[in-house]
Amino acid sequence: MTATPTVRAAARRPGRPPLKPAARKPRRRSAVLTVVTGVMLAYAILPLAWLFISASKTQEDLLATFGLWFGGEFALFDNIADTFTYQDGIFGRWVLNTVIYVVVGAGGATLLAALAGYGLAKFDFRGRRAVFAVVLGGIAVPPTALAVPTFLLFAKMGLTDTPWAVIIPSLVSPFGLYLMWTYSTEAVPNEILESARCDGAGEFRIFFKLALPLLAPGLVTVLLFNLVAAWNNFFMPLIMLKNADLYPLTLGLYSWNRQANTVGGDVVFDLVITGSLLTIIPLTVAFLMLQRYWQQGLAAGSVKQ
Amino acid sequence: MSITRRRALLGAALSITLMATGCSGSDDTEDGAAAPTTVTEADIAAALEAGGNLTVWAWDTTITKVAADFQTKYPKVKINLTNAGTGNDQYTALQNAITAGTGIPDVAQIEYYALPQFALAKSVADLNTYGAASLDGTFTPGTWNAVHAGDKIYGFPIDSGPMALFYNKEVFDKHGIAVPTTWEEYAAAAEKLHKADPKAYITSDSGDAGFTTSLIWQAGGKPYTVSGTDVGVNFADPGSTKFATQWQKLLDAKLLSPVVGWTDEWYKGLGDGTIATLVTGAWMPSNLEKGAAAANGKWRVAPMPQWEAGGKATAENGGSSLAIPEKSANKTLAYAFLKYAAVDEGAQTRIDDGAFPATTKHLAAPEFKNKEFPYFGGQKVNEVLAESAGQVVTGWSYLPFQVYANSIYGDTVGKAYLGQGTLTDGLKAWQDASVKYGQEQGFTVK
Repeated sequence: MTATPTVRAAARRPGRPPLKPAARKPRRRSAVLTVVTGVMLAYAILPLAWLFISASKTQEDLLATFGLWFGGEFALFDNIADTFTYQDGIFGRWVLNTVIYVVVGAGGATLLAALAGYGLAKFDFRGRRAVFAVVLGGIAVPPTALAVPTFLLFAKMGLTDTPWAVIIPSLVSPFGLYLMWTYSTEAVPNEILESARCDGAGEFRIFFKLALPLLAPGLVTVLLFNLVAAWNNFFMPLIMLKNADLYPLTLGLYSWNRQANTVGGDVVFDLVITGSLLTIIPLTVAFLMLQRYWQQGLAAGSVKQ
Repeated sequence: MSITRRRALLGAALSITLMATGCSGSDDTEDGAAAPTTVTEADIAAALEAGGNLTVWAWDTTITKVAADFQTKYPKVKINLTNAGTGNDQYTALQNAITAGTGIPDVAQIEYYALPQFALAKSVADLNTYGAASLDGTFTPGTWNAVHAGDKIYGFPIDSGPMALFYNKEVFDKHGIAVPTTWEEYAAAAEKLHKADPKAYITSDSGDAGFTTSLIWQAGGKPYTVSGTDVGVNFADPGSTKFATQWQKLLDAKLLSPVVGWTDEWYKGLGDGTIATLVTGAWMPSNLEKGAAAANGKWRVAPMPQWEAGGKATAENGGSSLAIPEKSANKTLAYAFLKYAAVDEGAQTRIDDGAFPATTKHLAAPEFKNKEFPYFGGQKVNEVLAESAGQVVTGWSYLPFQVYANSIYGDTVGKAYLGQGTLTDGLKAWQDASVKYGQEQGFTVK
């Protein structure tokens, strides 16, 4: 949420100058490289193509026709309609849940990571090294290993089977904190902070007005990582949630898929596939929109000027 | 009753919780639970009269109508029906809730293979307290045995899975293959079919713990011996050997489709005839109807192939019970629901929805036996299946940590399906890993 103004601020900054074709040295094409890149492209595109093609089929065609070509009738729109109406339209509810979990979870995690990373980078205080060690340790522990202890903790607090059980764990992003820390060290010169302090600006004002715009590329990177993690979050909701009305999309689609394993259960692979297609669209859009900031962020600090 | 493809992740989580609680979980329940008192019919009636909330964890879709009917009959009872996951997912969730001590349901659906694990940890209540022993003879011997541990009763059977041979008659007729009556003939049919149509397989088996144990069960094997906390695991017994030898032939000749069960590919194979048979539990018809609609009218049911020519032995595959967690807040009311769902009106409701009954009365009912299934070309499918229910080999028991054992099946026996070693090697590895785990959990394992 706080990212919006900073994104714009970053967008206003001049990008790199366009490459002039004449300035480029003529390069020989490498046949091997072309083939390798082609294979990689196919590897990346094929699953998406399969997903799209499969989503356009009826349940019968899905099971009866070749996977990588269209079936007899183009049923994509029927499938989308079915997906949103099946089981009293619970899919729409899952979309809403996911958006809430992502906005509050990933947005909150990004803000917290920025605040903490900046604080650790720019303020000298006792125990900084200890925090550093804890953060590194935090990155090293896989979330899966923490899932059951977290569940027990949340159960004691009566938070399981509530939205908080999904949101609170996703607010913690050790990797994001570490990245913002490194990025703050590089991107926010101490001189600016000192001169702002001389001018009498308070620390919060300095952070939000001065540091945050400078941190924008790093912030977007962290946001993107958290966004993807929150959007794909599966294991934590699986452990924490029992009420289907609280499911995110991942868990909801999983539960539909599992119906095929159940005696007398509906076999709804067509809806699972259409739902999956709908699920990846927002993420793809976010990725395409944010990726150039993301690239800037990743390279930050790699070159000393 | 789902034959669940375990997710590695879930298995890991389950083993963590089991390590945390394991059998030692019984410690706190023993202090916490009051001395068992007898609950009379009058108490149950009073509980129904008083009403209250019941949380029921079940993935079986036929429970939905049962719960609705129950609330209509007893308006003061409010049932919160939750699908906490299918099979293993739900057991993980239940184990977690029990460990945490909060969020425990009042009623939980538990498959027969998993029930001993919860029973031994005293996580589920002994229903004798509520007079369950009086229902002796109500259920088929196999399912009634499956919910017992010693003289204690830990759940009510809600369905059963006596096995039979489901086969695609059209495919069989096309290639002139006779319906196999023995496993020898089954292997011969597998070869003939695959030769006639290289795309077609007699069945798909990518390694499934429930299927393996069921076939060993039918062969008279008793690899698991359980007496309290004394457990034996032995896959070198004659029954297990019979299975390993016979099934290895199919594996070596690559006559089994590697398609993973319950996936879209699997349903596709069942629909288009490339998977020609399934030897599985009696609950299968409704799944075929819903998942393989393309093969409408082509499938038939025949008795399970035998290990001895002319034999009449079958086993169970899948099937589940309803149990009451020890820490349920309203066990008396939960028992009333159990009885309604498993014995009284609920049983019929579930049969009408496609479940295969565990109650002798319903199995013998003419309207059940004579029901014609259009999907099976009008065959009276239940006649075959009910006959199988009466031929289940007795004396089978699962491990008190079968959920864990099944979760490591893929890493042991499953390797044989990938061509790494033989089934015999795999079974030995499974045995060793099961023994090791059992010992770590405090069992005396041989």
